[in-house]
Amino acid sequence: MKITRFFKTILMIDFISGLLIAIKELFKSKKTINYPFEKGKISPRFRGEHALRRYPNGEERCIACKLCEAVCPAQAITIESTERADGSRKTTRYDIDMMKCIYCGLCEESCPVDAIVQGPNFEFSTETREELYYTKEKLLDNGDRWENILAANIKTDNPYR
Amino acid sequence: MEYLSIIFQEVYKILFLLIPVLVAVAMIVWLDRRVWAFVQKRQGPNVVGPFGLLQSLADALKYIFKEIIIPASSNKIIFILAPIITMTLALIAWAVIPFGEEQVLANINVGILYIFAVSSLGVYGIIMGGWASNSKYPFLGSIRSAAQMVSYEVSIGIIIINVLLCAGSLNLNDIVIAQKKIWFVIPLFPMFVIFFISALAETNRPPFDLPEAEAELVAGYQTEYSGMMYAMFWLGEYANILLMCALGSILFLGGWLSPIDLYPFNLIPSAIWLIFKILFLFILFALVKAIVPRYRYDQLMRLGWKIFLPLSLTYVVLTASYLYYFNLLPKI
Repeated sequence: MKITRFFKTILMIDFISGLLIAIKELFKSKKTINYPFEKGKISPRFRGEHALRRYPNGEERCIACKLCEAVCPAQAITIESTERADGSRKTTRYDIDMMKCIYCGLCEESCPVDAIVQGPNFEFSTETREELYYTKEKLLDNGDRWENILAANIKTDNPYR
Repeated sequence: MEYLSIIFQEVYKILFLLIPVLVAVAMIVWLDRRVWAFVQKRQGPNVVGPFGLLQSLADALKYIFKEIIIPASSNKIIFILAPIITMTLALIAWAVIPFGEEQVLANINVGILYIFAVSSLGVYGIIMGGWASNSKYPFLGSIRSAAQMVSYEVSIGIIIINVLLCAGSLNLNDIVIAQKKIWFVIPLFPMFVIFFISALAETNRPPFDLPEAEAELVAGYQTEYSGMMYAMFWLGEYANILLMCALGSILFLGGWLSPIDLYPFNLIPSAIWLIFKILFLFILFALVKAIVPRYRYDQLMRLGWKIFLPLSLTYVVLTASYLYYFNLLPKI
């Protein structure tokens, strides 16, 4: 045992085998993703930027039930609502403070009409703090912009809910 | 007027050596990072310029525009002097490196001693930097570095004696020419391995990068340095690494000689062969950096004094007796 160890040390067997592994790895393909040019795959459950969705006819989905406001652990959501002429209840104000938000996805879970969802977008950094106080207009605009992906994601994830 | 022209001629010569060396240092930093990254399956710097080749240039630009912070409690003159000394010493040793039979700036008789002296002086830059910072981490780092460099220089010195026994000259060009028959790496292979490891320790490369062991000492003697002064330490360090690679290729790998003295290989200029050999050794340096963990301080000292020193001394005796017995000692 001792003799084998002696020869191993003298001949630097471990070192040389390490070097060979290093040389082998040198020519293998790299795992890096060149981020701004290529992006990693995102799961349909990814919890990114929020969006308020609409029905195909253009009506807002949100019924101002305030479940999301109640469930939000960071208390980032503020909702105010009124009754419309047709007797339905709709929001007048739907604000999310994106800096308070912890992106837990509970608002999305709690929503009975799939109105508030978290989309695949994670690149919404801003230069000022004010830009991260999202209003209803901004959220609805997000919903319109990402609707195709949002609907597809909800559909793929539906069997597991 | 005559003096002036002579001075200008010398300055041109010096610039002709110095600028390629500095550019090579910049490229070698890129190569080092790139090889290190490739072993770890990363890409390394690949954005600035083609394949990221201009990364070092961009870094240098960044360093130039950064503020130089001089700690209030430091010894200002020595603090500023330290990186300058490190870099100058790393660069002036290049004067005696032969790139070909005639292509050498200063073909002096004691070239190897000169290189040895200059690279020993390199410790001073580090000690001065560590001491003048007046801060605990740089000081500890510089003490470690001094002890390490001094102890590994001893074994490098004895390894060089081996080569000198075979070559019979202290002139670097003569050492290269003495290898025309056979490169010294073949008869002196164990010495080459020990030289390589000692060179790693001498230039503070992993696994012997204790002076800047970031987990314990922040960045060692460089901790208090910023901006261009940090960049000069960094340049000096890599110039030293290149120098050690050059020394290794001259002493053991036949310097500017082509590996086979045949027709197509003869056409390639001798400087190219030396550059190839330096690159080969440097890539080994970079690979070693990627695969080894850092030594503990006592292990480092034990390796230097208890293993390398007796081994190289024994080999000196062996080489000398072999050469004497078979009457192979070089004629002077």
